[in-house]
Amino acid sequence: MQGIAGYVIRRLLLAPLILLFISVVTFSLGRWAPGDYVDIQAGPRASDELKDRIKEERGLNDPVYEQYFRYMANIFQGDLGQSVKYRGQDVEDVIFPRIWVTLQYNVIVLILTFSIGIPLGTWAALKRGTWMDPLSIGTFLFFASIPVVVSIPLLQWLFAVKLSWLPSGGWNVHEFWGIEIGIFSREAILPILILTLPGIAGIARYMRSQVLEVLDQDFIRTARAKGLHESAVVTRHVTRNAMLPVATIMGFELAALTAGSLFVERFLGIPGIGQFAFETIGSRDYDSLMAIVLLGSAIFIMTNLIVDIAYGFIDPRIRLAGGAGAETT
Amino acid sequence: MSFADETPEALEQAEIARAPSFRLLRRLVKRPVAVVAVVVILVIYGAGIFAPIVSPYGFNEPDFDNRFAGLSLEHPFGTDRLGRDTLSRLIWSAQTTVIISFAAVVTGALVFGVTAGLVAGYFGGKTDAVIMRVADTLFSVPTILLLLIINSTMERRVDSLFRDVENFLGTDWIVSSGAPSYFLVFGALAIFGWVGMARLVRSQVLSLKQSVFVTAAEASGASTPRILFLHLLPNVANLLIVGITLSLGAAAVAEVGLTFLGIGVQAPHPSFGAMIFDYSGVTNVREHPQLILFPAAVISALMLSFNLLGDVLTEELSPRRR
Repeated sequence: MQGIAGYVIRRLLLAPLILLFISVVTFSLGRWAPGDYVDIQAGPRASDELKDRIKEERGLNDPVYEQYFRYMANIFQGDLGQSVKYRGQDVEDVIFPRIWVTLQYNVIVLILTFSIGIPLGTWAALKRGTWMDPLSIGTFLFFASIPVVVSIPLLQWLFAVKLSWLPSGGWNVHEFWGIEIGIFSREAILPILILTLPGIAGIARYMRSQVLEVLDQDFIRTARAKGLHESAVVTRHVTRNAMLPVATIMGFELAALTAGSLFVERFLGIPGIGQFAFETIGSRDYDSLMAIVLLGSAIFIMTNLIVDIAYGFIDPRIRLAGGAGAETT
Repeated sequence: MSFADETPEALEQAEIARAPSFRLLRRLVKRPVAVVAVVVILVIYGAGIFAPIVSPYGFNEPDFDNRFAGLSLEHPFGTDRLGRDTLSRLIWSAQTTVIISFAAVVTGALVFGVTAGLVAGYFGGKTDAVIMRVADTLFSVPTILLLLIINSTMERRVDSLFRDVENFLGTDWIVSSGAPSYFLVFGALAIFGWVGMARLVRSQVLSLKQSVFVTAAEASGASTPRILFLHLLPNVANLLIVGITLSLGAAAVAEVGLTFLGIGVQAPHPSFGAMIFDYSGVTNVREHPQLILFPAAVISALMLSFNLLGDVLTEELSPRRR
């Protein structure tokens, strides 16, 4: 059994290796695609000599591994490269405004998902055996099962056309203290709604099963037997213990949210990072694509690590099972 | 919508009893919701498997005199903008779902996932560390981004690969059957699909390998493959059933999502994703709602049934709930 410190250090050492591996895979996949950005930007009418000269200048004719090493050398000097789609701009200047857009509504979605899903799941668990039970389970299951490809067009039609409550898409910003913030505009409501519904349903389903598990435990019976008020039992004993495992599905939630954002941005025309990822692949904007994938992976790795560490600190019973055989007992 | 979580955490943590599977079947029959879910899945998958027999028209048979036809006896679910029969398109789309989800689950979850899980759990040590670190890596990347990159960059490569095979064999039906895009989609899904299953199987094998029957098999000189596949595998069978149920659903919805984004199954080959995307604009939804509602209803019913069945299976197999 190793301590938390050793575990954290091992995970932190592993993170750069994972990123390195991802960079190799993404880089080679990108270069392996037919044609490069020069072909696409110059168009079919440009002469081959001209294209070849530009490629030679940009180093696109060098062997892929040379290009990779050059790219990585730049990365370590803090240079993410130049965007090709938006010529003359640095990659960071192109992607950070878009990440900001995605980040804003994603944070709202995460907050809403957990702050509504957890009480809702607890409530559903406490109502087990009543007439509301099948109703709540059915509702959660329904909303967790509807794919976003179905909910996006139908909710868009419902709110934008049928009810005319919301704009059908796009992104609108208001300026507060010099920062462009988009989540206070009506455009933000539809994407948040689309992503929050399945999120809430998923968390509520999970929370419900966790609460039921905790309710069966002896210490709950003890708490009730010693005369604690039911509300105290629920808030202090049940919810707290049931919430621990919910923290672990943060990683899953993030994965679902990333995928959902891509669909929502593409379909509703939101100028976020998911939309931009599509553009970079279409225009073979290599450096931007690499930056998106590496940053995204880094965020994923850090989130999972933070969740794991936090979990170990909150619940001392959990031994961080990073190494082999730790779960065997 | 979930691309990465083929096996939810809940399942990984659930203690799954290793009872023989036929008892599970008897218990399932007593749960009406489970029976309904199984029936829905069987109807949709059955329609897909027997598409050539049950489908009234082909998936790409335009009839320009009958564009946007309403519901009639001739076309029970109407026709689309090219006059293609919606019911037939749905049935052929179900075939796409069957092909992709089975291929992805068999290669990804069953072959790679189960083998990796068995090997990692049984051998432990360095082998385990390597396999699980690879799994961690795949788990810690934004799957959707890599699927996007793989599918959009490899499309033409895979296409030309299949053309080479065609030339070599002297046939010409492979590329036109849509095989390259099917291959690309299930291949990409399989790359990421094995992780959840491998983790599930590994955690079970870790405790199973301490059992007397494994020691007995080792002592009687059984070969390692024999221990893995004849002694350990049957004991994780129940786990496989739950894992497969959830993986099939995840693969099916992933294909629909990728095709919706335009990087999945390519036209004219039918898919629920393409059918939904084609008529998803607000004008289309208002004027021809049936064209989006039917595919949306079918894929939603399928997902609902898979999740429902997964819930019931987890519940029935969990020793605490019995």
